[in-house]
Amino acid sequence: MPETTPEDLGKNPGKRSGPAPAPAAEGLDARLVVDRGAFRLDIALTAAPGDVVALLGPNGAGKTTALRALAGLAPLTAGHLRLDGAELRRTPPESRPVGVVFQDYLLFPHLTALDNVAFGPRCRGAGKAQARALAAEWLDRMGLAEHAGAKPRRLSGGQAQRVALARALATRPRLLLLDEPLAALDARTRLEVRAGLRRHLAAFEAVAVLVTHDPLDAMVLADRLIVVEQGRIVQEGTPSDIARHPRTEYVAQLVGLNLYRGRADGHTVRLDAGPAVSTTEDLSGPAFVAFPPGAVTLHRDRPTGSSARNVWRCEVAGLEPHGDQVRAELTGELPLTADLTAVAAAELDLHPGAPVWAAVKAAQTHAYPA
Amino acid sequence: MTGRHGTPPDPGALAPPSDGGRNGTPTAKAPRTARPRTPGRGVPLLLLAPALLGLAFLLVPLLALLLRAPWRSLPEQLTSPEVWQALRLSLVCATAATALSLVIGVPLAWLLARTEFPGRGLVRALVTLPLVLPPVVGGVALLLALGRNGVVGQWLDAWFGITLPFTTAGVVLAETFVAMPFLVISVEGTLRAADPRYEEAAATLGASRFTAFRRVTLPLVAPGIAAGAVLAWARALGEFGATITFAGNFPGRTQTMPLAVYLALQNDPAAAIALSLVLLAVSVAVLAGLRDRWMRTV
Repeated sequence: MPETTPEDLGKNPGKRSGPAPAPAAEGLDARLVVDRGAFRLDIALTAAPGDVVALLGPNGAGKTTALRALAGLAPLTAGHLRLDGAELRRTPPESRPVGVVFQDYLLFPHLTALDNVAFGPRCRGAGKAQARALAAEWLDRMGLAEHAGAKPRRLSGGQAQRVALARALATRPRLLLLDEPLAALDARTRLEVRAGLRRHLAAFEAVAVLVTHDPLDAMVLADRLIVVEQGRIVQEGTPSDIARHPRTEYVAQLVGLNLYRGRADGHTVRLDAGPAVSTTEDLSGPAFVAFPPGAVTLHRDRPTGSSARNVWRCEVAGLEPHGDQVRAELTGELPLTADLTAVAAAELDLHPGAPVWAAVKAAQTHAYPA
Repeated sequence: MTGRHGTPPDPGALAPPSDGGRNGTPTAKAPRTARPRTPGRGVPLLLLAPALLGLAFLLVPLLALLLRAPWRSLPEQLTSPEVWQALRLSLVCATAATALSLVIGVPLAWLLARTEFPGRGLVRALVTLPLVLPPVVGGVALLLALGRNGVVGQWLDAWFGITLPFTTAGVVLAETFVAMPFLVISVEGTLRAADPRYEEAAATLGASRFTAFRRVTLPLVAPGIAAGAVLAWARALGEFGATITFAGNFPGRTQTMPLAVYLALQNDPAAAIALSLVLLAVSVAVLAGLRDRWMRTV
């Protein structure tokens, strides 16, 4: 059934977008249904002017398809797409007030940075001189005035990204779409560009939708996240809300938490996976339990007399470096991820197949209604 | 380079100059000649012999042309009005045929590369048919289509008084018929290799499909179009069968260089050789012009 959204949406009534507004409202109001063979994308999206919404999800979740549908590059099978009250579903891409920053920017290689930015205004009817003046202004605003005459291949990744942003903004779109805006950059440039992009997005007066598989990008750039998995919205909310209360395995992994679903009865949540987890929260009914990998302690023998009341018998499935620590993937009574120091890993003689006891203090778990 | 200079003397960095000095070869060429050879592994004779034979087979006729060329009387031969007439006609017709191929061939290539329509595979096959069709057959087919009593030609004659066979325009059409497929195939290949997402980017910036084609796609595939045009031009220049069938052999009107060569061979072999040399020179010039594109070894 495609009707998954109302409940999920209701979970986090946004401050501005709030309850579905009247059709003539400003901003974006869309339900995107795109059929692609066996794959079906079906998501609802609303956003007010000034909102920055991130579509976050694993590869193949349908994020880019959603973006292409918004831009008019992929036709909708069903649904609607209203922008500032105007229905755009049948409008071809060149007539939509939509700007796109593509993942690899797609700057026209035969045009200078200036002419790339002037391209949009020119197509939308501006005279040559006027379009170039406007483009120069945008490049100046991006701090790229001295690169106006450069061809795209002479630009660094970060500069190309800003030219692409300027090019998309120069048409004064009412909807700005960004596809993995930082994916093409190396780690160092990324930091810098992310900060710059955040500034520009914050200053952007219309709706911005960005697609990313990087939770950090999403959390830094967007004020609302929509998590998409297999063509559906699985969670929606503010970055901090989602980081604290992941509702799927994927989101939990993104934000680095162990997540389980079960049924709560007082201070105990009996997990669907088998064992029970003691928590400090007092709940009843379907619930999630989450705890960070750093909260897990590992022991060679069953810990006794410790304050950890959650103890499970596990087996090491894999080890890998994680920052300055070691991340252990465990299977057994309760599959989980644990972080420990390299020294501890050596002392415990951890290796794939090694039996261990995993313990988590109740105070370090977090339970919330499912 | 700077890194090399910065490091303390290392034998690798010093080797090329000393090597170059000993051999007397310029150091700039050192990297090129330094191709590693596998020692003790010769080329098998069973491959080498036919390979050399093949090479000789291709080169000896050209060599013969140069050897037997009437070098002394050449200036005189080449300045004769007939030669100039044929050469000028050839250049004009080949260029016109190329221009016509560009005007109708590039859009056709775009259609084949960028749109979906039923029977596209068949259309592509039909477009490439003139590549494998004997040109004489093409000439006959053109006569049946555009001849005075042809399927289309009779109406052209009746309505507009246009007669195409045995005219200079007929030469251009015959050459276009034979040469355009080269252009279409080349441009279509380039279009397929070009990223269609640039057109999408143009669309999101407000460009109609035609504007996107004109301002983005066309400049991007320009090298492919140029290569295709040169190929088509060279093919048109050498066209013989379709031209003589459809346009005849009238000096000054439809007698292009290849026709003149063939005719001259009957009664004035020296002239035929001279004319052939001119065509050879043109071909070599074309090849030289394209060397960056095709001669670069992989």
